[in-house]
Amino acid sequence: MLEVRDLTVGLSGGGAEIVRGVSLEVRAGEIMGVVGESGSGKSTMALALLGYARRGTRVTGGSVLIEDTELLSLTVRGLRAARRELVAYVPQDPGAALNPAIRIGNQLAEIGDRAGAGELLESVGLPGSREFLRRRPGELSGGQQQRVAIAMAVAARPRLIVLDEPTTGLDVSTQRRVLELVRDLCHGSAMAGVYISHDLAVVGNLADRVTVLYAGRIVETGTVGAVIGAPAHPYSRALLGSVPSTRERRELVPIPGRAPQPGEQSAGCRFTPRCAHAIAECGTREPALTLAAPGHAARCLRIGERLGRTETLVLPAKETTEGADAVLTVSGLNAHYGARQVLFDVSFALPRGNCLAVVGESGSGKTTMARCLIGLHDRQDGELSFAGARLPASAGARGREMQRRIQYIFQNSHGALNPRHPVGDSIALALRHFFGLRGKQAADRVRGALERVELPERFAQRYPAELSGGQRQRVAIARALACDPTVLICDEVTSALDVSVQASVVELLRSLCEDGLSLLFVTHDLGVVRSIADSVVVLNRGRIVEHGRTDSILGTPEHDYTRALLADTPELFTAPEPGSVPG
Amino acid sequence: MSFATAGKYLRPAQVRVGLVLLALMLLFTFLGPLFAPHQPNGIIGTPYAEPGGGLAFGADTVGRDVLSRVLWGGYQLVWMSVLAALLGVVVGAGIGLLAAFRGGILETLLMRLMDVLLAFPGVLLALLFVSMLGPSKPLLVLLVAVGHLPGVARVTRGAVFPVLEREHVSWARAVGLPARTILARELLPNVMSPVLVEFGVRLMWSVGTIASLSYLGYGIQPPTADWGEMISSNRSALGIQSLAVLAPIACVALFTIGGNLVSEGVSRVIARSEGRA
Repeated sequence: MLEVRDLTVGLSGGGAEIVRGVSLEVRAGEIMGVVGESGSGKSTMALALLGYARRGTRVTGGSVLIEDTELLSLTVRGLRAARRELVAYVPQDPGAALNPAIRIGNQLAEIGDRAGAGELLESVGLPGSREFLRRRPGELSGGQQQRVAIAMAVAARPRLIVLDEPTTGLDVSTQRRVLELVRDLCHGSAMAGVYISHDLAVVGNLADRVTVLYAGRIVETGTVGAVIGAPAHPYSRALLGSVPSTRERRELVPIPGRAPQPGEQSAGCRFTPRCAHAIAECGTREPALTLAAPGHAARCLRIGERLGRTETLVLPAKETTEGADAVLTVSGLNAHYGARQVLFDVSFALPRGNCLAVVGESGSGKTTMARCLIGLHDRQDGELSFAGARLPASAGARGREMQRRIQYIFQNSHGALNPRHPVGDSIALALRHFFGLRGKQAADRVRGALERVELPERFAQRYPAELSGGQRQRVAIARALACDPTVLICDEVTSALDVSVQASVVELLRSLCEDGLSLLFVTHDLGVVRSIADSVVVLNRGRIVEHGRTDSILGTPEHDYTRALLADTPELFTAPEPGSVPG
Repeated sequence: MSFATAGKYLRPAQVRVGLVLLALMLLFTFLGPLFAPHQPNGIIGTPYAEPGGGLAFGADTVGRDVLSRVLWGGYQLVWMSVLAALLGVVVGAGIGLLAAFRGGILETLLMRLMDVLLAFPGVLLALLFVSMLGPSKPLLVLLVAVGHLPGVARVTRGAVFPVLEREHVSWARAVGLPARTILARELLPNVMSPVLVEFGVRLMWSVGTIASLSYLGYGIQPPTADWGEMISSNRSALGIQSLAVLAPIACVALFTIGGNLVSEGVSRVIARSEGRA
């Protein structure tokens, strides 16, 4: 059905290649999952499957064959027809794919017949009613928008559908429904699917076969069972080691170093500098894709050997004495946004030196709650107390000491640091504000803070734009640590990060917690919760539905909502596999 | 701003052409008096003498050398414009920053005041005060600067809003940084690009306004050599000694075209790079 041979996409200026010699085969009715971290070239590859190259890039070689049509040799007119009849694309952000000013029915009518629009919507599980067709994209939820985008993509019955992270940004329950839809569409109608994602768990649950991309190259490909169950490439193995599980409290193992940028030259395997198993030859010779087993190939020189696999440690639950003194207590917290109440009578306590996770989907009020605690949400009432003293609702009324001892890390590391100042200056600002430190004393403390988050001293001179997302998040943590806080409130701090980077941030936070810092960890990701939190508060529509020890809540959930949340979270590790065979 | 980021503003041809033009006109304005063949106010020939015979551009309405007056005539205009633009942009940006940051009553008060100012055309305001208080250069600079305030304040306020939403500002508020630190460190550097563009626009606007006021007789007063005043006093001779009018017109035009090319080009680069971010 889809046959890709030696596909290469490079920057227009020549030289740097983003996708290098990728070959894929996807049969009708089959879903191929393509996994890669940011910068691996997965989105560029996805677009090339439509014969499209982003501005500034160019397809420089290879072939993309769908049925008997070679996409890369088509004229503009031919490509347009091919993108209608042969291949369809579903982008990450459905909001961007739909025209916000045009009613759904009219958008669907543009690509098919108006009469069939209702039926088309029903095929993706949406109401085909006249009323629904009259809505505009802004009146739909994110999941509904994504379904409409999928409906538009499959309207002309293409042979191949390319989906680029279509569930990123959706709640787990919505994600599950979208994934089911994709599965039904492909398996039910002999359509081939290519599903691009950074999320191994999603791909592991959806795809029939998996391809792992690293630095624009395929490093491993095979059936889901083979790649996830017995990964043959050290990168795939390392990636799996950094994925959290909802079933057990895993230590997440980050991958050292960073992925190469396009254009960085290397004669050998690109993963060599980060690989625990690299030998001298790895640096000089890039191996070919070699079969590890029938239908399972990897690009590794040591593929025939049984390499030691990094053991994922299952950590014991932390011993906490019930009723350990609470450092932060919330009781009867109500909060409003305009006329709407978003938090209802929320009460909980954060014991000293513990990590408490606040779990909820979008709209559950978890971010509002975090902002109440930091004093940035004015419309709240209820009783907050910190270290035995009453905590005023507004940050301005709290006094220097409380402002210092409660620190906050934001979801968006991009906005957390002022882009116009070197990151060291941002840390120094906090030191000057709280401790009156200047000059050399401040510089020493900045260095110390960066050291604690494992960043080299020279990073102090850099601007936020020169750092990666994970590095920026570390700087934000370093700034908070420089204030010598008692409580650290983390609002979805890992949700924008790659899994391997997420692993390193989670492990950093875990070690801080072990050093006595109290963490309030706000997230939607139950795997991360299992991995780091001692106890959990589950928030649904502004109300706490369940509260207790992590192991009991995620192990034996009482409330229906928690149960549904757990069931909808894709889980990579089906069952503990004792002695699973390393490649 | 590092050199690398400054470099991206120089990429459009529009900006480079504008900068060259602007630089040439500035050299012309400030070095011009050194090369003037005659005193700007010396009566050299007969009124409206045609070009030639030692007077390259001919003579004006009272027989002064047009070339010398053109070479002298930008000096006052340009420094007054620079001062007016600087004053207008600094104060206007300050008002915009403060209004956006404080919000509430202060914002309403400041912005409604700006609306009132906006309701008066700048030239009309200047005419009113000059006719009441008499023409003086500081007054003229002040009046032109006041005319800039509403626009600059609005642009700055609009640019501050998205920055206020950013997390580094939330952090600064949460840890209780003093307002002046938040304004100067967290907000101002992040709105500098639009403010700088605004300065370019306002500079050219000042040149236009002051030249028009001089033309109307309310600005730079005769016998000082000035482009606007030259256009005004020689306009009746457009048919017989056209250079006496066209030369100062060309000077004002080239100067403002250069400046506008630069500010428009730079603002396009900003718009494009912000669209990408």
